[in-house]
Amino acid sequence: MTEAPTDATTALRSETPKASRPNRLWTRFRRWPAVPMLILGVLVFGAVFAPLVAPHSPTLATLRDRAKPPVWAEGGSARYILGTDHQGRDVLSRIIYGTRISLIIAVVAVSVSLAAGTAMGLVSGYYGGAVDEAIMRFVDLIRSIPFLLVALVFVVVFGQSFILLLILLSITAWTGYARQVRAEALQLREREYVQSAKIAGASSLRIIYRHILPGVVSTITVISTLQVGSLILAEASLSFLGAGVPPPTPAWGSMVADGRNYLQRAPWIATFPGMAILLTVLAFNFLGDWLRDYFDPRLRQLGTRAR
Amino acid sequence: MFRFVARRVIAVAVTLVAVSFLVFALSRIAGDPRELYLGEFTTQEQWDAWGRQMGLHRPFLVQYLVWLGKAVTGDLGISLREQRPVTDIVIEKVPATLQLGLAAFALATVLGFLLGVLAAVKRGSTVDYIGRTFAVLGQATPPFWLGIMLILLFAVELQWLPSGRRLGPNSLVLPTITLGWLAVAANMRLVRSSMLEILDSEYIKLARSKGVSVRRVIWKHALRNAMIPPLTQAGLTLASFIAGAVITETVFAWPGMGRMAVEAVNQNDFPLLVGAVLTISFMYLAMNFAVDLAYGLIDPRIRYS
Repeated sequence: MTEAPTDATTALRSETPKASRPNRLWTRFRRWPAVPMLILGVLVFGAVFAPLVAPHSPTLATLRDRAKPPVWAEGGSARYILGTDHQGRDVLSRIIYGTRISLIIAVVAVSVSLAAGTAMGLVSGYYGGAVDEAIMRFVDLIRSIPFLLVALVFVVVFGQSFILLLILLSITAWTGYARQVRAEALQLREREYVQSAKIAGASSLRIIYRHILPGVVSTITVISTLQVGSLILAEASLSFLGAGVPPPTPAWGSMVADGRNYLQRAPWIATFPGMAILLTVLAFNFLGDWLRDYFDPRLRQLGTRAR
Repeated sequence: MFRFVARRVIAVAVTLVAVSFLVFALSRIAGDPRELYLGEFTTQEQWDAWGRQMGLHRPFLVQYLVWLGKAVTGDLGISLREQRPVTDIVIEKVPATLQLGLAAFALATVLGFLLGVLAAVKRGSTVDYIGRTFAVLGQATPPFWLGIMLILLFAVELQWLPSGRRLGPNSLVLPTITLGWLAVAANMRLVRSSMLEILDSEYIKLARSKGVSVRRVIWKHALRNAMIPPLTQAGLTLASFIAGAVITETVFAWPGMGRMAVEAVNQNDFPLLVGAVLTISFMYLAMNFAVDLAYGLIDPRIRYS
C-alpha cells in the first residue's frame, strides 16, 4: 500500500522540450485554469439557481412525452433540449438538479474528511511514537477494506439515505489527508521556528495550530480539489448500483442506471448524465493539477494514486 | 525479513477480523437472523428452538467467533434465494471474476507500459500529447458510463461485439476495456514519469556515449529500471480489479462475484451478500499481501520502513 513516487520534475527541469503545436497550446492553457473555472462557475450557478435555470421540474413525469429525443435529433423539440427519459422527465432539468446532489455531497464529504483527516495527520506527525503508529495502522486498515462492497452492506442494513452516503464517503476520504498531512508535519516539526516555539514554552496545541497547520494548507487545498472529483465518481458509482441518494431525487449515477435499459431506443438518457460527471470531474482534476503546480511542483505525486 | 513478514501477516489478519466483525455486526443490526429463515406462521416453540440451535442466547462475541469459525472452514450459510450453500455459489463465480480481472490486468500492463514508454521517448510529440489526454480522461471517466458507451457503440450501433453475458472470447472484450481503462491511464502516467527520470540519468548518458544504440538503451537499459515503480502498483491494480469488478460485472451482466453481490442486494439475500463481501475482501487482502511481500523482496528499503 505504498505510493510509488513519481517525481518527474528533475527530468523536466534539466532539458527544454521541443514544444510542438499541441504542447504550446497546452502550456498556455495551463497558465491560468480558465476553462475549469468557467465549467465550475456554470455548475455552481446551475446548482444554486436550479429552480430558475431548469426549464422543467426534475421529477414531474409527462407520460405523453416519454423518451423524446434531444432537440437536434429527428423528432426532437426545443421543449426538451436534451430529450426526456423513460418516464417523460426532462433530462436537462434532471442534470441541472443532479448537479446539486453531486456538489453538495462532494463538498460536505470533503469538508468532513478534511477536518478529521488533517487533525489526525497533525497529531500523528507532531507527536509521533505510539500515537502515530496507532493512527497510521488505522489508516492502513481503512484503506485495505474494499469500499464499494462494504458500502453496499451498509446500505442494505440501514437503507438508502443522504446521510449514510455522506458518512460512508467521509470515512474513506479522510485517510488521504491524514497520510499526507502527517508526512508534512513530520518534516515541519523539525524546522527551526517550530523548535524555537517549543523552547519559548508554547503549548503543543498552539504549535500545531499556529506553526504547523499553516504549513500544510497548500497541501490540503490541492488534495481537496482532487478529492472532490474522486468523491463525485464514488457517489455516482454508488448511485449507479442503486445504493446512493434514494429516488426520485435526480443523481447523475442513477440517471445513467435508468438509461441503461433504453440504450437501443433512447441512448441519450444514459449519455448526457455521464457526460456531466466526466466534465465535472475533469474540471476539478484540472483545477487540482493547476493548484498543485502553482503551490509547489514537488507535490506532483499527490494525484497519481491508482484507485 | 522475518520481522517484515510477521508485521504484514498481523496487519492482514487484523484487517480480516475487522471486516468480518463489521459485516457480522451489520448483519445482526439488520435483524434477528431467524426472520430470514422462518415464515410468519412459526410457533413460539419453533422460534425458541431455532434460537437455541443457532446459539442466539450466547454472548454476542461468542456468536461472532462461532460464525467466524464456520466461515473459515467454508460454511457461509444458506442462500435465501437459491436455497443452496453460499460457499458453492461463490465458488462457481470465482473463475469469471478472475478471468475478467486477469484480462484487464494484461491490457493495463501491456498497453499502459507501451504508451508510457512511447510518450516518454517521444516527449512533446503528438503521441505524448494523445497519451496524456487519454490519461487525464481516463481518470475522470465514470467506469459504468464508459461501459455503457462502449455497449452503445460496439454492440448497439456497430453490432460487432456482444453487449453482455459471458459467451466466448468476444464477450470478454468490452468488459476488459471498461475495467482496465483506468489502470491503463495510471500505468501510462507512472511509466512515462519514471522513464523520463531514468532517461536523464548518468548511466543512460554513459551507455549512449559508449555507442549503444538508442533502441537498445531504451528497451534494455532504461525500461528495466523504469518498470520498478509501476510494477509495485501492478499488483495493487490486480487486487483492485478483483474487488472493483462490481460495476463492470453489473454493466455487462458478467456472472462473477461482484454482480452476485449486487444481485444479492436487490433480492435481499443477506447470507449471499455477506459471503460475497467476505470472499472478495479475502482475495483482495491476500493479493495485497502477496504484493507487499514481493515488494519487500525486490526493494530492501521497504522491509525496514
